[in-house]
Amino acid sequence: MMEELKVKHLLGIKELSKEEIELIFRTASHFKDILNRPIKKVPSLRDVTIANVFFENSTRTRLSFELAEKRLSADVINFSSSSSSVKKGETLLDTINNILAMKVDMIVMRHASPGAPHFLAKHIDANIVNAGDGTHEHPTQALLDTFSIHQQLGGVKGKKVAIIGDILHSRVALSNIFALQKLGAEVMVCGPITLLPKHIAKLGVKVELEVKKALQWCDVANVLRIQLERQQIKYFPSLREYSLYYGINKKLLDSLKKEITIMHPGPINRGIELSSDVADSTHSIILDQVERGVAIRMAVLYLLAAKRPELQPELD
Amino acid sequence: MRRRLLFDEPLLNVTVHRLCEQLIENHDDFDNSVILGLQPRGIYLAERIHAHLGTLLKKKPKLGYLDATFYRDDFRRRDKPIEPSKTQVEFSIEGANVILIDDVLFTGRTVRAAMDAMIDFGRPEKVELLVLIDRMYSRDIPIEATYVGRRVNTIESQKVLVELKQQGSKEDKIWIIDKEKQK
Repeated sequence: MMEELKVKHLLGIKELSKEEIELIFRTASHFKDILNRPIKKVPSLRDVTIANVFFENSTRTRLSFELAEKRLSADVINFSSSSSSVKKGETLLDTINNILAMKVDMIVMRHASPGAPHFLAKHIDANIVNAGDGTHEHPTQALLDTFSIHQQLGGVKGKKVAIIGDILHSRVALSNIFALQKLGAEVMVCGPITLLPKHIAKLGVKVELEVKKALQWCDVANVLRIQLERQQIKYFPSLREYSLYYGINKKLLDSLKKEITIMHPGPINRGIELSSDVADSTHSIILDQVERGVAIRMAVLYLLAAKRPELQPELD
Repeated sequence: MRRRLLFDEPLLNVTVHRLCEQLIENHDDFDNSVILGLQPRGIYLAERIHAHLGTLLKKKPKLGYLDATFYRDDFRRRDKPIEPSKTQVEFSIEGANVILIDDVLFTGRTVRAAMDAMIDFGRPEKVELLVLIDRMYSRDIPIEATYVGRRVNTIESQKVLVELKQQGSKEDKIWIIDKEKQK
């Protein structure tokens, strides 16, 4: 027998224990093996229907979830707000209840408002997987990032990870900080002072303003995208200036006395936070992250689906 | 807890030898035959048979491990999920004669799931099943073994306990035990 997830939904890393994260990793490594076989599909979720509900744009995450669901043989429906009745003024709860009325078992949701999946979890029965809620959390991204570190460097405990860039608007940063700390890594955030949340140090992370010092310190640099779409005011003078002070290029990496691993959750703004020669270099494990993302999402869906109450025999 | 000894080490060795002779009778020099041990417990018997075949044939047949966890029909229906184990099949089984090996044949559901898992690695020419212990009259689905170490008559509340040296036990012993009554 194996342990199971104590949570019914994956809302954030904050709600997970170290043991649960490790269980997800172990399960994901089995799925990673399956993904490297000629037939990349198992029948585990053949009686499960999953709705991917995206109120915000996404390429990687949506494709990755959809592929994970299909590799597990689930039935999948997709919904994106741009082509839906949300535009006609329907509320979130009504939209979701209408989807659930079609006998859907799980909801994978991305929403621009922080806390939207937590709100849903209080009102509906289906399992919910948070695929990013505003600037709050993006748990599956953090799981795949830490899983990549785990597989690439043989463990997470004791590793030094620098998260570099737009920390203020990044849900990836917050989820990563929680996941890395639970697994025993040391975390540093680095970026221009205007893009660092005011009380970030209270989470127990190191704060660094100079990118070269951060790179010198870390084993892994997780470089984030500048999220222009979330920035209502100017946080730095120009993209050119940002890239001059915070962009990571080959010259900068060569000047370090050690090898570090470069990660990026995508989409990359080439030439801004990462230069092409770094993004495509052997230091970079960006595409490996994408590959592992499918395995991680399979593991999360599989573990959350493990119990279906109506099929359990009644106990007296 | 009452227990009855089914196999001790000498009897197990004789049985493994007999099973190997039966396999050789049907598979000749194993040129087109492969062995798949079923995870988690069938792999120890599979390794044992594989090693003994190696001495008898003077060459090692192909050996793989097959895990059927993700193919089980009781997922989402049992209290706790089953911990998956590694699948390791580093050869094609397309057109091969496959011998599935497990320690105990009980309801037959594991074997059904294993056959589904196996098909994902190709279409075998022929599939056979070898088990050390066949618990008769307890099948949920119509699956029977081709080679059997020993047939035993058990009731559902009993359990077959397999202790092999490879699993870390002091000596090879296989028991039938009466499960303690659950309140």
